[in-house]
Amino acid sequence: MTSRHLLVAATAAALALSLAACGDDDAGAEETTEESTASLVVYSGRNEDLVQPIIDRFAEETGMDVAVRYAGTGELAAQLLEEGERTEADVFFAQDGGALGAIAKEGLFAELPDETLELVDERFRADDGQWVGVSGRARVIAYNPDEVPEEEVPRSVLELTDPRWSGEVGIAPTNASFEAFVTGLRVLEGDDAARAWLEGMAANDVQIFDNNNAVLDAVDNAVVSLGLINHYYWYERVAEVGEDGITARLVFPGGGDPGALVNVAGVGVVATTDAGEEAQQFVDFLLGEEAQQYFAEETKEYPLIEGVETDAALPPLEELDPPEIDLSDLDTLAETQTMIQEAGLS
Amino acid sequence: MAGPALTHPPVPGAPGDRAGGVASRRRTRPPAVLLVPALVAAGVALLPLVYLAVRAFERGPEVAFEIVWQERTLRLVLRSLLLAAVVTGLCLVVGVSLAWLTSRTRVPFRRLLTVLGALPLAVPSYVAAYIWVSFFPRIPPFAGSVLVLTLCTYPYVFLPVRAALQGTDAALEEVARSLGRGRWRTVLTVTLRQVRPAMAAGGLLVALYVLSDFGAVSLLRFDSLTRVIYTSYRSSFDRTPAAVLGLVLVLVTITIVWAESRSRGRAAQARLGTGAARRHVRVRLGRGGTALALLWAALVAGLGVAFPLVGLARWLVVGSSAGFDATRVVEAAGSTVAVSALGAVLTVALAIPVGVLAVRYRGRLVSAVEQAAYAGHALPGIVVALALVFFAVRYAFPVYQRTPLLVLAYAVLFLPAAVGAVRASVALSPPVLEEVARSLGRSPFQALRDVTLRVAGPGVAAGAVLVFLTCMKELPATLLLRPTGMQTLATELWSRTTVGAYAAAAPYAALLVVLAAVPTFLLTTRSTTLGGGGER
Repeated sequence: MTSRHLLVAATAAALALSLAACGDDDAGAEETTEESTASLVVYSGRNEDLVQPIIDRFAEETGMDVAVRYAGTGELAAQLLEEGERTEADVFFAQDGGALGAIAKEGLFAELPDETLELVDERFRADDGQWVGVSGRARVIAYNPDEVPEEEVPRSVLELTDPRWSGEVGIAPTNASFEAFVTGLRVLEGDDAARAWLEGMAANDVQIFDNNNAVLDAVDNAVVSLGLINHYYWYERVAEVGEDGITARLVFPGGGDPGALVNVAGVGVVATTDAGEEAQQFVDFLLGEEAQQYFAEETKEYPLIEGVETDAALPPLEELDPPEIDLSDLDTLAETQTMIQEAGLS
Repeated sequence: MAGPALTHPPVPGAPGDRAGGVASRRRTRPPAVLLVPALVAAGVALLPLVYLAVRAFERGPEVAFEIVWQERTLRLVLRSLLLAAVVTGLCLVVGVSLAWLTSRTRVPFRRLLTVLGALPLAVPSYVAAYIWVSFFPRIPPFAGSVLVLTLCTYPYVFLPVRAALQGTDAALEEVARSLGRGRWRTVLTVTLRQVRPAMAAGGLLVALYVLSDFGAVSLLRFDSLTRVIYTSYRSSFDRTPAAVLGLVLVLVTITIVWAESRSRGRAAQARLGTGAARRHVRVRLGRGGTALALLWAALVAGLGVAFPLVGLARWLVVGSSAGFDATRVVEAAGSTVAVSALGAVLTVALAIPVGVLAVRYRGRLVSAVEQAAYAGHALPGIVVALALVFFAVRYAFPVYQRTPLLVLAYAVLFLPAAVGAVRASVALSPPVLEEVARSLGRSPFQALRDVTLRVAGPGVAAGAVLVFLTCMKELPATLLLRPTGMQTLATELWSRTTVGAYAAAAPYAALLVVLAAVPTFLLTTRSTTLGGGGER
């Protein structure tokens, strides 16, 4: 028995030495050949289950080898910022405009051609053309019908500071989608009003969760009566457990309310890419009819090009009546975060 | 007994005397064969710290101090410390009691209880937290975090303490009993004192794990320092505050490690020779005692293993996404085992010189090396991952997003688990044996290999398994550093749960537990043989 331990220890030492000394180069050389066959590297902050099927279709159509790196949008943005010009990524496919804005701000994106940008309403793309929205997601109010009948659910988030909702509202204040909504609130109503709303929510014992799924769970379990989330979390849940398996329902506030903001998932082409043409092809594919149809039907998001219909289960984009906000104006994230923190919500 | 190589004869006392302390004070200069690799290990472990310093001060010290001097920072530090203290205390109670029951009593199903006792290590804390929240949505944040983290981390105490209990010399306890000490007083005053280094090492790991945990505390809504670091990376894309808070976390860690090394003191746990070459007399608990012991073990196993499994089963029943892509699952399992095994091997290899030095050649330099090894352990995985991104893209681009870098990240993250195990088990081997080997013409390296590591074998193996199991469920560093396209069970699990596809996630989680059970089982079999008088 003990000789086996010795063997393990000796092997361990040998391995460590080889790893430390020369092993690194060998391993690198071996795997480089593998890597070079992939002609496009995509960093995807969007989930594999949701987007891999459509990326597979792209690969099939173009015969291209597409390597996708999946992680959280925020983590990948941090990784891209650390990698800087040495990144292997050609495209960043992100779940929210804020992350794309942060990368654009560091000058790591190439400008997209006008033909691509013009496919999408200017509200849903960067003013300087560094990234473009691919699919829309609406902010909604999830409610538990056992706790609040539908007609009593407020149609404006501004009403949630009312004592009636004390302790009954769930939010995910460190989530990018909530931050974008607060930035929108600041743009629409001014900083003072936004601060007053946040402080009012804090004073009204708003319940804080880590992410949208946790908020939805809390509404579903009647831990809170109302929750502020993105619409597709509910549709994902219904796809998993069926509409009867979930108690929570959604209200689309509409009426130009700040709480009805429509945000996007989008893409940017990395400036240092050596596959600019392929990357551009990928972006155009995502904005093509097939991909847009896919996002409408499979991920229950809002297609952003003309001629592709929103899924019948969703209220159409025109009827949503979201606030008139250009997503490029939501670039004051740091101020928003300070405000959320100062209100004691993060 | 004293050979020509010794300038002073060692004190040839009874087993467990202060020979170790005398010897270590005498030989102050560590041999290069240990010191050089230990310095390499320390250097590797310090990489995240260098990175954090770069990022924290890139906008000038004023900005950094402004972030530190906030009432909120102090509050977060205190909250995190409180959580770490309570969880560590509870883990010591649970871990030591189970270790003693399974190694020193005649309680039935000992082998089964041992495997069950170690298995919660296979349950990622974020999965456990999710399941607790889904069954008990109103679980209070602090109590919930304490419960979940205790259940997930007590094996860090259980495994090394159990190994140490098997390695200690039975004679010492027999002497205490023969001199009239009662059974329970002997346990408290002799047995526990003998395994104190293992308890301290395990407790330290628990404390540092709790400080670094993000998944469980965020799901349970407990506001900790690490949660704020994570959300800062995730949502603000401003790396300065996250880096400053990361440095604060490192300072807290170093303080804890320093306090632990002070508390370890100079007591020697070494015994001469293999001690009494016979089994420990197992305590008979009586009918009532046995029932209580079984109830206690069943409660811990029920909450720590069975409950999460029930939760996973419920995912399967409730969800509709329960597709089972066998190729994919097998592939993920294969790469998980491969990278985790490499991670365990490298980590233990780096830990052996550090652990041996820490026991044999305590001095200022060695203390610094040991504490450096711990520096990165309380850091959240994302910090370690970004630090390695930072260095690799600059200085080691060929390995960037390749397996070696991922394996190195595991070593940085989990080095302390292995160092603790090596240290605690080497402490059981008296230095005088090595000196004898030296006097008989062995080189320092041979003496170490043939004598010390032989005695320390089971403890070191336990450390390797600990690291292996921890690597298997590591998520944040794996996500950022894995080769593009490589999936592990943890990344697959993450990918499914973030879209709420719990039924599809269940097989991956279940397989993690099953795969973890194998090395755990092997370990308990092997160390039983070794500890039970088989070391001849």
